Amino acid sequence: MSYAATHDQHEEHHGAPAGFFQRWFMSTNHKDIGTLYLVFALTMLFVGGSFAMAIRAELFKPGMQLMQPYFFNQLTSMHGLIMIFGAIMPAFVGLGNWMIPLMIGAPDMALPRMNNLSFWILPFAFILLLGSMFLPGGGPAGGWTMYPPLSLQSESLPYAVFAIHLMGISSIMGAINIIATILNMRAPGMDLMKLPIFVWSWLITAFLLIAVMPALAGAVTMLLTDKFFGTNFFNAAGGGDPVLYQHIFWFFGHPEVYIMILPAFGIISEIVPTFARKPIFGYKAMVFAIACIAFLSFIVWAHHMFAVGLPIGAELFFMYATMLISVPTGVKVFNWVATMWGGSMTFETPMLFAIAFVVLFSIGGFSGLMMALVPADFQYHDTYFIVAHFHYVLVTGALFAIIGAAYYWMPKWTGNMYSEFWGKVHFWNSLVWVNVLFFPQHFLGLAGMPRRIPDYNVAFANFNMVSSIGGFLFGATQLIFVGVLIHCVFFSKKRATDRVWEGAKGLEWTVPSPAPFHTFTIPPIINDDELAHGHVND
Amino acid sequence: MTSGGIRRSIKTGAALALAMLGSVAQAAPHPWQLNMERGASTWSQIPYTLNNVALAVCTVIGVLVFGAMFVAMFRFRKSRGAVAEKWAHNTTVEVVWTTIPVLILVTLAYMATSGVASWADTTGSQMTVKVTGYQWKWRYDYIDYMGKPIEKVGFMSRLDTTSDDTRQLGSGMNPYDVKVGTENTYLLNVDKPLVIPADTKVRFVITSGDVIHSWWVPAMGWKLDAIPGIINAAWTNIHEPGTYRGQCAELCGQDHAFMPIVVVVKSKADFATWLAQQQAAAAPAPPAAPTATAAAAAPTPAGTAKQG
Repeated sequence: MSYAATHDQHEEHHGAPAGFFQRWFMSTNHKDIGTLYLVFALTMLFVGGSFAMAIRAELFKPGMQLMQPYFFNQLTSMHGLIMIFGAIMPAFVGLGNWMIPLMIGAPDMALPRMNNLSFWILPFAFILLLGSMFLPGGGPAGGWTMYPPLSLQSESLPYAVFAIHLMGISSIMGAINIIATILNMRAPGMDLMKLPIFVWSWLITAFLLIAVMPALAGAVTMLLTDKFFGTNFFNAAGGGDPVLYQHIFWFFGHPEVYIMILPAFGIISEIVPTFARKPIFGYKAMVFAIACIAFLSFIVWAHHMFAVGLPIGAELFFMYATMLISVPTGVKVFNWVATMWGGSMTFETPMLFAIAFVVLFSIGGFSGLMMALVPADFQYHDTYFIVAHFHYVLVTGALFAIIGAAYYWMPKWTGNMYSEFWGKVHFWNSLVWVNVLFFPQHFLGLAGMPRRIPDYNVAFANFNMVSSIGGFLFGATQLIFVGVLIHCVFFSKKRATDRVWEGAKGLEWTVPSPAPFHTFTIPPIINDDELAHGHVND
Repeated sequence: MTSGGIRRSIKTGAALALAMLGSVAQAAPHPWQLNMERGASTWSQIPYTLNNVALAVCTVIGVLVFGAMFVAMFRFRKSRGAVAEKWAHNTTVEVVWTTIPVLILVTLAYMATSGVASWADTTGSQMTVKVTGYQWKWRYDYIDYMGKPIEKVGFMSRLDTTSDDTRQLGSGMNPYDVKVGTENTYLLNVDKPLVIPADTKVRFVITSGDVIHSWWVPAMGWKLDAIPGIINAAWTNIHEPGTYRGQCAELCGQDHAFMPIVVVVKSKADFATWLAQQQAAAAPAPPAAPTATAAAAAPTPAGTAKQG
């Protein structure tokens, strides 16, 4: 178990390459590639976030003040694409890259060169996507979902399609790598039912990625051939069906939603037991709940399409299937609360983000359940109610989990403690302003404000102004996060211990802080007491 | 019958709420509005009730779960000397909190299912209007009324010019000044509204001429996509004459925000007069004839309406 004793003397053979280009561009090291993913995700968070700021500025009051409607549509479309494919997904891949080998006692990812390739595709994909905004005619403006026939009217369609192809290739390679690593590279004695839940959540997520990214690639390729090669997949005048695209897209899109939340569940399931100093409640139930949600995610896609005029039988089937998802999701929430019950809790920044996640993600889950009810969804669909819903699950859900994970593992990555004071300032500001930002959007949707509009009737003015103020302050608050990161990496004088957190359990806490360039070159001896879930007998 | 029971309870609930608030159904959004509007047709009560019931259920669950969590956060904190317990499993509790949500879901699903069925049932409609979405306006064609086909009554409906001038970038005009009477109609008014009769089951057949749009009048309780090559159908029967406003609800390009929907509901008699005028205007006959046709045509639909 003791890495330091056996390996410190070999450091000169195992250190990082000295040259900047060699180290970062040619890296095959899971830690460096994980860092690249995380830095890329943070950059994209601010690019997508700046679009959100522009959107909220235009919506600050009724009337068009800043931009033409078509540019507004580009902003909403790009905001969605960048946040999903550029910020949330790469951040989870980055966390997985960094932590999965450390958590299972593997020396690196199973396929290190492919790991490098899957990251370095991403910058090119996003240059292609973002670059299209500078072309005559502008970037994609048909929404991130790119429904035809509207998306076929845009001349920048091929840029978006090729960017999505590249992101898809990157995601699939990343997923293959994660599956191969988890299934083949666990240290002897690290049984599947002893894996940390974060690792479990990524294993299941990786299968989802492999299953659905090709569906998205197929759908957007059909858009491409419809526009340029005379096919009629989605062209009604040629015998095609515009709704077919929506079926294929959401067959990708709904599992995609869980691709963005299952690793978050995994993170929360690591953070809560650490700071409650008590093992996770119902380990097996947590793992089965994730698997169950993943399975159900394949049979609920048409709940995004209740208003397209589906047959009654389909409306009912997808309504029932969707409602079922709230059962395993509820189990997870109950188990987190039960983990806290009877614990010995402290409230460092990662725990604060985890607790906020449990409450605010559940609020997003509640509005999700409401939208599963078909007749009610006829009202909610395509309004600000759904905008509020998916921002609760993606911002206060996925993003809060990622930020919590960053605070949780940052001392292990850098060897330094972040500033707890500024971490808490960041947390409380995020918590307040994100609710000022998104909660009023429920009211706007219920009152009848459609989504994706740059201008609105004066009846919607009050809550839009409240929401915009919350948005600007939430955006500004994230600069504190950057400050905390920079301070922790370069300036913090407070050294992190190997264990970092009093209640931390698992292999990643047995290596020194910062984690050396190479870890577990000799497989660790697994001691069940050291694992978070070493003695699962329930 | 169960659906009858649900309908009765909805009616009672609606009457109660009406008595308490002392207002009629809203036809347009109002500032600081917090909840979904009740709607103005028979069916529109269903989403409204479901919304309120589901919201109440979620609130109760939320209060219980988050309440338990906050109790845990207070009682089991290290600073109060709490020592962590070792248990991590309890089958009874897990079975209970898996079963109870299932029961709640079955109840909600039961309530929603009858709503889906009644929404889709367009049989017995007394009037048909074809709605076609275009970038960025709506077209309304009157197909039949009281079993009789209507010829050549159809028109485009687009954003009114005051709103359109005001919404231009840098127009210098104030959205708060766009009014009809005392009501602000910025982006919610059209040059020529759809006119339908009150208390009549109107079937809408909805399609599109270019990209996908979605036809949504919140007072009717539903929206339905207008898709090229596909004809969707839904119905309404608004009880009170008045003006009901809505908007396109599916992103359809640059002016998606600027193709509102206005439905003017008239009493059956007024509607018959209006329809006759429209038919007269459309008829290619000399100026004298249409008045006669209109006068002759007017009583017929009204008469049929009484039978229906």
